[in-house]
Amino acid sequence: MASILRFRKLCYVEPVKCSSLGFESFETPKISKKDENIVSNVEAVLEKKRRRRKEPKEWKCVDCCCWMIGYMCTTWWLLLFLYHCLPVTLPGFQVPESPGAKLRKEGLSAMHPVVLVPGIVTGGLELWEGRPCADGLFRKRLWGGSFAEIFKRPLCWLEHLSLDNETGLDPPGIRVRAVPGLVAADYFAPGYFVWAVLIENLARIGYEGKNLHMAAYDWRLSFQNTEVRDQSLSRLKSKIELMVVTNDYKKVVVVPHSMGVLYFLHFLKWVEAPSPMGGGGGPGWCSKHIKSIMNIGPTFLGVPKAVSNIFSAEGKDVAFARAMAPGVLDSEILRLQTLEHVMRVCRTWDSVMSLVPKGGEAIWGNMDWSPEEGCDCDSTKKKYLQSSLSGQSHDTNSSDGKLGFQVEEPVRYGRIISFGKETSQIPSSKLPTLDSKEFSRASTHLKSNSSCGDVWTEYDEMSRESIRTVAENKVYTARTLLDLLRSVAPKMMQRADAHFSHGIAENLDDPKYSHYKYWSNPLETKLPDAPDMEIYCLYGVGIPTERSYVYKLSPSNRCSSIPFRIDSSVDGSDSGCLKSGVYFVDGDETVPVLSAGFMCAKGWRGRSRFNPSGIATYIREYQHKPPASLLEGRGLESGAHVDIMGNVALIEDIMRVAAGTTGAEIGGDRIYSDILRMSERISLRL
Amino acid sequence: MLRRRKASEAEKKSNSQIPKEIESRDDDDDDKKVTKKKERKSKKKWSCVDSCCWFIGCICSIWWFLLFLYNWMPASFPQYVTEAITGPLPDPPGVKLQKEGLTAKHPVVFVPGIVTGGLELWEGHHCADGLFRKRLWGGTFGEVYKRPLCWVEHMSLDNETGMDPSGIRVRPVTGLVAADYFAPGYFVWAVLIANLARIGYEEKTMYMAAYDWRISFHNTEVRDQTLSRIKSNIELMVATNGGKKVVVIPHSMGVLYFLHFMKWVESPTPEGGGGGSDWCAKHIKAVMNIGGPFLGVPKAVSGLFSAEAKDIAVARAIAPGVLDSDVFRLQTLQHVMKMTRTWDSTMSMIPKGGDTIWGGFDWSPEESYECNPKPKNNDTQIAVQNGSGSLGSQTKSTHYGRIISFGKDVAKEHSSMIETMDFRGAVKGNNLANKTCRDVWTEYHDMGLGGIKAVADYKVYTAGSLVDLLHFVAPKMMKRGGAHFSYGIAENLDDPKYDHYKYWSNPLETKLPDAPDMEIYSMYGVGIPTERAYVYKLTPAADCYIPFQIDTSVEDEYEGSCLKGGVFSVDGDETVPVLSAGFMCAKGWRGKTRFNPSGIHTYIREYDHAPPGNLLEGRGTQSGAHVDIMGNFALIEDIIRIAAGATGEDLGGDQIHSDIFKWSEKINLQL
Repeated sequence: MASILRFRKLCYVEPVKCSSLGFESFETPKISKKDENIVSNVEAVLEKKRRRRKEPKEWKCVDCCCWMIGYMCTTWWLLLFLYHCLPVTLPGFQVPESPGAKLRKEGLSAMHPVVLVPGIVTGGLELWEGRPCADGLFRKRLWGGSFAEIFKRPLCWLEHLSLDNETGLDPPGIRVRAVPGLVAADYFAPGYFVWAVLIENLARIGYEGKNLHMAAYDWRLSFQNTEVRDQSLSRLKSKIELMVVTNDYKKVVVVPHSMGVLYFLHFLKWVEAPSPMGGGGGPGWCSKHIKSIMNIGPTFLGVPKAVSNIFSAEGKDVAFARAMAPGVLDSEILRLQTLEHVMRVCRTWDSVMSLVPKGGEAIWGNMDWSPEEGCDCDSTKKKYLQSSLSGQSHDTNSSDGKLGFQVEEPVRYGRIISFGKETSQIPSSKLPTLDSKEFSRASTHLKSNSSCGDVWTEYDEMSRESIRTVAENKVYTARTLLDLLRSVAPKMMQRADAHFSHGIAENLDDPKYSHYKYWSNPLETKLPDAPDMEIYCLYGVGIPTERSYVYKLSPSNRCSSIPFRIDSSVDGSDSGCLKSGVYFVDGDETVPVLSAGFMCAKGWRGRSRFNPSGIATYIREYQHKPPASLLEGRGLESGAHVDIMGNVALIEDIMRVAAGTTGAEIGGDRIYSDILRMSERISLRL
Repeated sequence: MLRRRKASEAEKKSNSQIPKEIESRDDDDDDKKVTKKKERKSKKKWSCVDSCCWFIGCICSIWWFLLFLYNWMPASFPQYVTEAITGPLPDPPGVKLQKEGLTAKHPVVFVPGIVTGGLELWEGHHCADGLFRKRLWGGTFGEVYKRPLCWVEHMSLDNETGMDPSGIRVRPVTGLVAADYFAPGYFVWAVLIANLARIGYEEKTMYMAAYDWRISFHNTEVRDQTLSRIKSNIELMVATNGGKKVVVIPHSMGVLYFLHFMKWVESPTPEGGGGGSDWCAKHIKAVMNIGGPFLGVPKAVSGLFSAEAKDIAVARAIAPGVLDSDVFRLQTLQHVMKMTRTWDSTMSMIPKGGDTIWGGFDWSPEESYECNPKPKNNDTQIAVQNGSGSLGSQTKSTHYGRIISFGKDVAKEHSSMIETMDFRGAVKGNNLANKTCRDVWTEYHDMGLGGIKAVADYKVYTAGSLVDLLHFVAPKMMKRGGAHFSYGIAENLDDPKYDHYKYWSNPLETKLPDAPDMEIYSMYGVGIPTERAYVYKLTPAADCYIPFQIDTSVEDEYEGSCLKGGVFSVDGDETVPVLSAGFMCAKGWRGKTRFNPSGIHTYIREYDHAPPGNLLEGRGTQSGAHVDIMGNFALIEDIIRIAAGATGEDLGGDQIHSDIFKWSEKINLQL
């Protein structure tokens, strides 16, 4: 604004020059015309000037600003007004028919009640009791919604979202609870849908509050603790029973997403277990109340992302941001220490531990072997493979690809964490073999640095030596990872070991497996005796997903910084799976195909020891297609972990099942990835 | 600013010759003058639009600045200000009782009343596109202004069935958000919830029994299975809280709804909930009714009869044209009437008990009541007043029994002077079938001139004949209402006909459950004039209008009259008269009666209305008004104490400010 004014002044001063410069193109002709007038009779202006001198008013800077703001506001309101006046559907812009409308025309209507189980992070949390710093936030959302409080009082916010480091329950004086009802996870933040699209489509065929339930729970707690503190499992049981009774004894269709899958697995065992520890529903409860479980983006066997999150509070995105602007995230100026704070809070959340890869080396691969090793990360080639998938050429094609890779040294995905690029690639025989047990012992020396007390991460209690030992051990597989985590975060793992288990059961009839800590691990529990039930694995494929990491030691040895970080300078070859220190594999951006699909593809397929009653399993994969234009928002055919909830094909599948169809009728398996081949390679006794 | 000016000067100096010449003429002025001149120049271009923009900009900036300040202000700042002005505030009851060491014990169930619960859209017609799961009722009411007809269409129910019209599904909002705030800033349950949370209550121990308050009580179960949900939720809460029974807190119409629930839950399965005859004894500790219209409210009658209450009638008198204007096709009242007449629940609040309770032509229980809000503070004074007043008031005693009367004289005259023409047999002509009025359907069009005249000729309606009147003027509505509600007094409660659900919400036609340990509280505000009876007149132009309206010109001359603007007032909480709120607990259920065979304890807790001292207090912490009482500290404290395990005796038993016991005495009801 000011510059325009100055320009006008200049014009006035040298009008001829300005007009010759073609200034009229910028300003309105009126102004330049006036200028010319002024030039022609300067004297008159001077006279006028004297007259005007009496007027006290002046066009001041403040006025300019006000004018500017007023102008912008008015324009904005005008646009807003026009937008509101606009008919909801523009005649020219053809919105594709929603699956709800389509299926309604086909005559489908609400039949089975639907239970939605949200995953980690997506559910809202609200404050019920807090410290003085959180005054006025009673029953306001701390998590979800606009997140306004993070910016206003970040430390207060972190304090209220943390749990107690010993018990994994509320800290004294703070009560943060899950938001109940459909609003808990319909939108995560304004405009960012999670369940909203699915809910809206279900409503089209007649669903409403009485046959649609959101099983909101506090996703920070371990699963059993949600029952201990909030009785969430009891509530879910009572809700399902009520919905079955009030809907003419139609069984429910359960739709869990992400970590909700594990939560519901836990529920399945809990509800049939006898009363003090379980829900006392008796062995027939599931078959009486559940028609099918439609797991979306299931994290059955865990996700490698959880490891990097616990280990150094970073995923691919954070590591990348750090590489771009090295100073910002690490700066201790302004006492930010963002990552350290995040890490401290995250480590009090027991539920994160449920996502650590399960099944050890048998599933995730060891030093030299991994089920995905033949996989190709190049997306173009991948598409070609898919297009030929239906043809007979598939077999030869894939074996060709395999051959080519064998020469090029397969990616060793089994090494989930390796220190340095070299170690992630060389054959295991050249690696220094250190027994994992040794370094965990070595870490008992306490390094007492009291100045770092305010940002507590358990790294403070590790000595330099033990950190070096961790790094020297070079390579960690899914099995040794747990030992690693135990050594870097002993308190967290102590809590976690009481609530979760990550192994594979030898003998499922062993009475120890009736303990609740095994209930959320599909490899250590049997599915309930419900032969009519159906289990679906619905997930997106076609997006590179984090699978293993190349780490390095942090350069600076400041007291409270996290000593390890992803080495984002490491890059592989062009078509390689290694980018910025992360090895990628096929998946939905968060969950690798292996974790999402293995149980449905092999572990539970047919009658296995994990699935004694032979519950039918179906795999439905959805090939990722990025949104074609901005108008589509997050896309109608997305395969990404959360965006898949807006995938039209997925919604249609869910609605058909909810309206009474079986898995065989919607087309059985639908596979784009190599999940079956990968599963073949895993030798697991069934 | 200054720096910039200088910079421009410098530039100018460096690259301009002509201005120098200009300035040379203007010998005493230097460069600065020139720039000033230029600025004046630009000010000349300051047109009307610019000044508008400037003005808006100013306002916006100030607004944002204030908003910014407000947001960064510590949350306790308003309290400081208030305390500085009015002196130290008392602790909110939650904090006070927390200090006393009370903690959450019994789970709490809230039953909201009519109107206060939110409703949201699940399926609608085209005009409501984009409103999926948005609130139609409650919240900001933004849609009322944007698309009023669409809104009315979606809020109405089917006129035949009393259920959803085809293609429209409007459902109650669930959870505590259903009725914590009615509109932004207008609390209903929020204060109580916040105080309960102080002593440890949270989502798992508090339950808002939200229901669709438009449909009849039985239909909430048929359509939404709301009663089953409440039953299941109460059972769950009792089970997960170590077998502690629940404390139920119904408000307004929720009182009747919960009365219905208690009968429903113990009735056998096809029609009832099948909970067995001891369900209430096992699951309910206390029912704390707030402002309960046990015996109905006269306001409901005027609402149904002519879609107006005191407030609307006054508005109409002040600006006669607005509400009635046919210009703009507004017909607001007619639309409102059409909509509310499809809501079955309003019929649950028609006065019950007929002349026995509400009084006949010449008699009513409240007849000696003085409306002048002078000394009615304590009982001794009232007793004195009674002794002397009963004689004097004979002359000017108000005939409250005549709930609707046509003309002021009729309202006052002795019954023997009034000639009534029976309207029941009157022929309803079809001569008024005016096609232009069709879009605003009210049943008055089917009545014909003859019918309207017959209604007016009957002159006086008491509670008993009111039901007949409504049957006459709104046959369809009352046909639905008759199937779901009943307004009489039972002769013999053991008659098997009383097993039907239509009697369950009438305390005079049901027995309380067999639960001797249960407690029933009646908590209500007193000290506010409350509508009790109306003076009506015929509407001058009886074309598309509602043919009757309250005659707002009727006033009484003398001081302390109960008649104002065509409405006779009596003591109450602005909506529910004391008689309706207190009678059952004062007499009908007191001790072991036929309505209360197991002798459930009843307590009356009255809260004398004290208007907020100043604006800073908002709606007041000692209010007795029907909804504002939910913020009354004394009431909240009582509730919290009970929820934390106290009994009615611990609270101090009855707490009476009004004449409720005297009035109850006058009512001759077989117990």
